[in-house]
Amino acid sequence: MLQSKFKSLTPRNDVLSFIVLAIVLMVLLPILFDIFRLNLIGKYLTFAFVAIGLVLSWGLGGILSLGQGVFFGIGGYAMAMFLKLEASTPENTAIQSTPGIPDFMDWNQLTALPWFWEPFHSFTFTVVAIIVVPAIFAYIIGAAMFKRRVGGVYFAIITQAIAAIMTILIIGQQGYTGGVNGITDLRTLLGWDIRTDSAKYVLYFVNAFLLLAVLVVAQYIRKSKLGRLLVAMRDSEDRVRFSGYDVSNFKIFIFCIAGIFSSIGGAMFTLQVGFMSPSLIGIVPSIEMVIFAAVGGNLSIIGAVYGALLVNWAKTILSESYPEIWLFAMGALFIAVVMAFPKGLAGLYETYIQPKVDKQLDKWFKKEKAE
Amino acid sequence: MFADYTWAELGSIFAMQGFSGLILFSVLLLMALGLAIIFGQMGVINMAHGEFMILGAYITYLTSNFFSTFLPELFGIYFFIAIIFAFIGTFLLGAFVEWSLIRHLYKRPLDTLLATWGLSLILQQLYRTIFGTREVGVSLPDWMMGSYSLTDAIEIPINGMIVMGITLFITVGVYLFLQKSRKGKQSRAVVQNRAMAGAVGINTASVDRFTFALGCGIAGIAGATFTMIGSTGPTSGQLYIVDTFLVVVFGGAASLLGTVASAFSIGQAQSILEFFLSGSMAKVLTLLVVIVILMLRPQGLFSLKVRR
Amino acid sequence: MNKNTSPITMRRKLLKALFTLPAAVALAGTSFISTAYAAEANTTGLAVTDSTVKVGILHSVTGTMAISETGSVQAEKLAIEQINEMGGVLGRKIEYIQEDGASDWPTFAEKAKKLLVNDKVAAVFGCWTSASRKAALPVFEQYNGMLFYPTFYEGLEESPNVIYTGQEATQQILESLNWVVREKGAKKFFLLGSDYIWPRTSNKIARKHIEKLGLKVVGEEYYPLGHTQFNSVINKIKLKKPDVIFLDVVGGSNVAFYKQLKAAGIDMTKEKPLVLTISVTEDEILGIGGENIVGAYASMKYFQSLPNDNNQKFVAAFKKMWGDKIVIGDVTQAAYLGPWIWKAAVEKAGSFDIDAIKKTLPGIEIPFAPEGYVKVHDNHHLWSKSRIGHAKADGQFDVVYESKELIEPNPFPKGYQ
Repeated sequence: MLQSKFKSLTPRNDVLSFIVLAIVLMVLLPILFDIFRLNLIGKYLTFAFVAIGLVLSWGLGGILSLGQGVFFGIGGYAMAMFLKLEASTPENTAIQSTPGIPDFMDWNQLTALPWFWEPFHSFTFTVVAIIVVPAIFAYIIGAAMFKRRVGGVYFAIITQAIAAIMTILIIGQQGYTGGVNGITDLRTLLGWDIRTDSAKYVLYFVNAFLLLAVLVVAQYIRKSKLGRLLVAMRDSEDRVRFSGYDVSNFKIFIFCIAGIFSSIGGAMFTLQVGFMSPSLIGIVPSIEMVIFAAVGGNLSIIGAVYGALLVNWAKTILSESYPEIWLFAMGALFIAVVMAFPKGLAGLYETYIQPKVDKQLDKWFKKEKAE
Repeated sequence: MFADYTWAELGSIFAMQGFSGLILFSVLLLMALGLAIIFGQMGVINMAHGEFMILGAYITYLTSNFFSTFLPELFGIYFFIAIIFAFIGTFLLGAFVEWSLIRHLYKRPLDTLLATWGLSLILQQLYRTIFGTREVGVSLPDWMMGSYSLTDAIEIPINGMIVMGITLFITVGVYLFLQKSRKGKQSRAVVQNRAMAGAVGINTASVDRFTFALGCGIAGIAGATFTMIGSTGPTSGQLYIVDTFLVVVFGGAASLLGTVASAFSIGQAQSILEFFLSGSMAKVLTLLVVIVILMLRPQGLFSLKVRR
Repeated sequence: MNKNTSPITMRRKLLKALFTLPAAVALAGTSFISTAYAAEANTTGLAVTDSTVKVGILHSVTGTMAISETGSVQAEKLAIEQINEMGGVLGRKIEYIQEDGASDWPTFAEKAKKLLVNDKVAAVFGCWTSASRKAALPVFEQYNGMLFYPTFYEGLEESPNVIYTGQEATQQILESLNWVVREKGAKKFFLLGSDYIWPRTSNKIARKHIEKLGLKVVGEEYYPLGHTQFNSVINKIKLKKPDVIFLDVVGGSNVAFYKQLKAAGIDMTKEKPLVLTISVTEDEILGIGGENIVGAYASMKYFQSLPNDNNQKFVAAFKKMWGDKIVIGDVTQAAYLGPWIWKAAVEKAGSFDIDAIKKTLPGIEIPFAPEGYVKVHDNHHLWSKSRIGHAKADGQFDVVYESKELIEPNPFPKGYQ
């Protein structure tokens, strides 16, 4: 009984692709690439967190948010605030007129740490905030919108406007947020220098591990009753509602989950890149994050990871070799994904590769049984 | 803050402030009209709307160069010819985009968002390749850049008047088109019930193409008009996207009257707030109010009651 | 994008195209270090051979900042070409590797790291916005690279790994304020800027200075980057009747502001109020249109119309390389200085080593700079003159004032913070 339940949660192909991804992330990439490239890959993977969240909310639930950068930013800024406070010891900031507060506050004539910065002295609080704050924020937005049955295109536009507001606010309140420059020059995490190569290796593996964990959670949600309800809602919301389910609660829940995933990604981004700025939470990055999910295939959580990797990698390579044409290539990629491969990488895999793999596996299993 | 001024001064300032609210209203409305047709009527999320506007601006730039080189004596009126060119150019591009891209995606509205975003990237790079990365200066005839003194203190910007005039003209035109003309009625019919419209013999594909192209054409007119007050560069179009969508959504997507009302209230609200607060906060506050109202009234100010 | 086609760069491209490991790329760059000669001038494994030295150019070629950064790229390429024609640096030809920051600050950090770690460049000329510099700065400090940063900026920074070839805020602001007070009798000021760190810091310095002079600031306003509707603030300006509008609005907002100011009936040639900007160079006027800004004053250290011989030569060479229609702004000239300052420091040290040139950089003099004689200060900024230009309808400036002495750079101005 239990075994059969486990099996329904984990179809053979999902397990296989999960294992392949785990090997790629944990073994293959670290062997193939030096720490510079690996650090870049780690950065790309932080966007995969957002993309997985989008697969759940958009692919499964039909809720397209164009403001996921906001959640990415919440996690990123929470982590950056903690690291910045740690970097701004009174000794390090002795030349300031008020030692002990972050440098940008000093430049903006702040003479004391603002109250909402205080709790970020604590690492535990920071970690909790990275999970809880986006959840609360997503709940507020979700409850306001889904209870009133705002959905689809409207939801997309409103979340986009929220991303715009966040950027204007952060840039405008530079004394409290670091403004357009963001929070930069982050050095240590609990005394551990995050700028060294060895730290970058460790962070890469932590990041990859967290990503795999998030994938497991996402898979669980996808295969649970909730996941199936979401798909049913996406296809016909009214039927689900008439069957006696409170549709909005499911939507709010999945939107919160997507927000939390994005926030974790943001926190890992700050750790690996060493700063956080409003340029990562505005409209353009938020749309790019949707593209990662779309390229991967908006129904496949594993595809989302490959999508994030592929698009970012293409962006880096193209802009290194042909800076003038990379926008053309990106634009063409978006159009191609929508027009020619609506199911993204995952769709390509399912049509061309999976049948062969299946055949091979079937053969293999039969052999085993025969023995 | 008003203690230091005479009543006459205050009166004229408020008159001018009201007027700048009206200009902002016209700008927002003109931006949003094309999108109101494309997004409101057809449900297509056109993220390349800003790039269509900038195409109109670049066409104006080219026309102005052409006139100043070959027909300097007609330079004073080139602007109105440029607007016509801008309309034709963006209309044709719109028709082409509809044919090659949009028509395959009518059943997938969120996918149009991605495809048109890709389109906007391509257009941006295209502008950059053709016109260079720098902003171009569109020179305008002198009479359009001055101001008209009503009294000693009240000066009316002529370009603001022109923007208002063009907006009025286009709005009335769009309204008459949708309500009175055959094509317009057909397009509304297709919006309300595509299957039925097809069944009574309307060529829905051609109506779609025409409607989309018309929306793009109006974006082109808006872009041409904004050369008077804004900048023309490869990425200038992105500045308009959020405002434009909010105006349309706030007004209630399928309602032209709603778009007008929404542009008016957002324009006045922002203009008044800007006078009392600093610019950044006024902008944030306006956006917030709009979002809160949208959360309370998701269908927007005006909504079309249709059984779907 | 890279006009350079030596075998090494060709191979580098090929390798990259084949997705080969970046380590191999670096190897291709350094494997020719065999003779003692190269080893002497370079003890830290930079990409220096007996005949070549590699440097990086890191600006946005795409995205919103490409508008501003193009001129800097052109100036840096011109300087490199001229240096190569003169025989290079320590007898080595300069090869440049150009990277695109794509107007995206993390990309700047990433590309800076690529240039330093993989390409082992001996110097990087680049960054434009403060945000991009702030993002890349920790990379330069960690891997001990040298960045030549061309933009005038807010100050509040002094890194051993950066040479700031543009003016910091006090150099740009104080002289110009003194000038409008002295020459134009200005008493009331209205400060208006885009909402980010440079305008805010600049206006803060301006406000302190105005108040020190016993004069009055009647308004201070900020608008979000990219804002295009200024009618309300123009009404406020009319209401407050300042003698001077002090402007640091940037980008597309600039264009919108001047057009709307003119349309609102404020004729800048009448100087009532007088418009003083620290954010408009010849480059920006291309977008604004000369007829819309005629009569405004700009405070810069360089104008294309400077009459001295060095500048005549520089302008001619620039136009020869990039076309007759091109204009040259303050930042473009500052970017042009970067390679020359680096060359002088390397030759003085007799070595490309970063630590060696760190010692020789302070005190480097460039007597042939287009803006006139400049000198590197101990704080890595330049001693330079302040100038005020009066905008003409053809998009150029008449230089109406030039400070007698070089102004000392002071990135952490006491009493202005």
